[in-house]
Amino acid sequence: MGIRMNGSQLLCESLVREGVVEIFGLPGGAILPLYQTLPEYPQLRHILTRHEQGAAHAADGYARVTGRVGVCWATSGPGATNLITGIATAQMDSVPVVAVVGQVARASIGTDAFQETDTTGITLPITKHNTLVMDPLEIPQVVKEAFHIANTGRPGPVVIDVPKDVQTEEIELPYETFDEYYEALEIDLPGYKPNLKGHNSQIKKAVKLIDEAERPVILAGHGITFSGAYDELRELAEKAQIPVITTLLGISSFPDDHILCVGMPGMHGMAYASIAIEEADLLIALGMRFDDRITGKPSAFARRSKKIHIDIDPSEIGKNVEVDVPIVGDLKRVLTKLNPQVRGNTHANWLHRIEELKAEHPSHNIRDAEQLLPQLIVRELSEVTEGDAVVVTGVGQHQMWAAQHFTYKYPCTFITSGGSGAMGYEVPGAMGVQVGAPDKAVWSVAGDGGFQMTMCELATIVENRLPVKFAIINNNVLGMVHQWQEFFYDKSYVATAYTANPDFVKLAEAFGIKAMRVTDKVQVRGAIEEAMAHDGPVVIDFIVEEEERVYPMIKAGGTIEDLVEEPDFAPWEVAR
Amino acid sequence: MTTNGTTVQNHTITALVRDKPGVLNRVSSMFRRRGFNIVSLAVGHSEEPDLSRMTFVVEGDKRTIEQVNKHLHKLIDVIRVSEVSSDNVVSRELALIKIRATSETRSEIIQIVEIFNAKIAGVSPDHLIVEVTGDQDKIESLLGLVKRFGIMEVMRTGTIVMERWIGHLHEQQAGTKRRSWGEAASV
Repeated sequence: MGIRMNGSQLLCESLVREGVVEIFGLPGGAILPLYQTLPEYPQLRHILTRHEQGAAHAADGYARVTGRVGVCWATSGPGATNLITGIATAQMDSVPVVAVVGQVARASIGTDAFQETDTTGITLPITKHNTLVMDPLEIPQVVKEAFHIANTGRPGPVVIDVPKDVQTEEIELPYETFDEYYEALEIDLPGYKPNLKGHNSQIKKAVKLIDEAERPVILAGHGITFSGAYDELRELAEKAQIPVITTLLGISSFPDDHILCVGMPGMHGMAYASIAIEEADLLIALGMRFDDRITGKPSAFARRSKKIHIDIDPSEIGKNVEVDVPIVGDLKRVLTKLNPQVRGNTHANWLHRIEELKAEHPSHNIRDAEQLLPQLIVRELSEVTEGDAVVVTGVGQHQMWAAQHFTYKYPCTFITSGGSGAMGYEVPGAMGVQVGAPDKAVWSVAGDGGFQMTMCELATIVENRLPVKFAIINNNVLGMVHQWQEFFYDKSYVATAYTANPDFVKLAEAFGIKAMRVTDKVQVRGAIEEAMAHDGPVVIDFIVEEEERVYPMIKAGGTIEDLVEEPDFAPWEVAR
Repeated sequence: MTTNGTTVQNHTITALVRDKPGVLNRVSSMFRRRGFNIVSLAVGHSEEPDLSRMTFVVEGDKRTIEQVNKHLHKLIDVIRVSEVSSDNVVSRELALIKIRATSETRSEIIQIVEIFNAKIAGVSPDHLIVEVTGDQDKIESLLGLVKRFGIMEVMRTGTIVMERWIGHLHEQQAGTKRRSWGEAASV
């Protein structure tokens, strides 16, 4: 006689076998059977969010900081649709998330039943894969494959849609224990075999290009983090003395205080990094996808350089930019094979040129001002924490300042919604990061706009005793949009001013969170230190200069000729 | 036709996919989302149980077709993708054409139909239904010739293709797998 279990038990058992410990979610009718089963599984800790978007972003932040699959649950209909922003964010940034969503009973599917929505249809283009489970016996197989798909190859989100009556139906397994059954299940995905190794002859070609290059740069992306190729990246850079430029999501995959680190390029990147790409004769792109925020106009990007592109996703090769040597594979494995073949080098002239560019284009400088400048807050945060903190951001000006002015020294210390650019990530994202890294100092560098999109999760943060620190960069305006209006819409500031922002101090206090307001630059360090000394969550409302802009800037679709380093500065003249 | 100096033409791609609910949706959704242009699509069971074969005729330049292949591969339920070149394949499409016919024109239409080795599948006082099989060019030329009689309705299945075995026999004897865009390269 086999063991008898219902669909909900099968799902929980499977999650336990996959090593799941934390689940972010919010119940509702169609997922209630699953929730009612949770007390049988005390090893599964459920974190009740205030909004499903929070659950999805939290699972995403959790996954980014731990490298493990983040899990979120939601009910059918609005529960599922509220997850969408979070799922799309995970998809764009390749984050392993498994979302379990309740669905109306099988017989009601397609009838426009209460809280019915076509979850697999809606999530199809924003997931790595999704499945509607129509038979409880399929659940363990589907869960096993979902975790495999989510966290192998190029990671990404997977949605499992489970009708309510599939959760309740009891079946008999052909084994006496669930363990035996789960062990015996084999992943059956003939269409899914990520190519990890990297082609040897392609690697040889890459080695030749690297050995011959006089002005090589490495462009390191999010793939370094997913592959855990920090040491391999560093080894390659140091052995051949190649400067390392990091994409927005590549930040913290290579230490900012390393002599070879050149920082972030592109739209709001360091001017010297963008110029270095323009002057390079070889671009070694590692686990990045030539996003338009990096390339500007793709046909004018890095015109002088040959390009090596190593990525695990073959569809990224040649998608935006033509490359000379593509290598499909896992970065750690490919670099492990490539590094020993690369000749040691000094590139003295080139490194000298990079230093020259850094000196001529001091993108890190903060102007001298009476007002409280947002860049200064990030700088102080970096100094007080000595880089030993995880910075989570929203999207916009504050995100760029956080990318530019914090010295990231350790892996996975900068977590941000890159590809999707989802404002509101800063609150639930930081929450998920803190759950995944309970012993780390987690600083959410938030915008006043994004913070208000998801601030309901402050309640979740208090409920779960998460000591997240919030630095709200409060300029009472949707800053980045405001900046675009100034530059591209003739200072026509439509719908960007927040004239009645709440009192964030009182608001935080209403949630039971310690809060401070900082209006003067001399108060910054003290406030940060006080927040660090407090063992619970803290909100600091930094009232900053409203009219501060993010520089350098290259307009969307622009080229290096469009680089503006500071207002009233002539655009950089490209050497022709 | 060219864009950016590269030639835009029709390419035939076949994909072996899992026969599961929603697979056609996944595939067509990918084409829609990425802006790839499907000229025709035919789907049916394959020689293997639980697997279907899709045949796409896709319009695009070389780079676009490469992306189509890669993004098809990327779908978990797609098992194998092959691009077929036109010189080593049997390419067929079935079309039903309802042509306006009077007692004066009927025999002329039937003559044309016979030249094309097509069949009369249905007759009525005011029209004929013609059944024609062949590659796209053959069907296009038949349509061109009967156009003047008045085409009332056209139903086409979309192209299906099968590679000839000449090259494969060699490869199989050598114990190698058939050359395709690589098996199961999803990520």
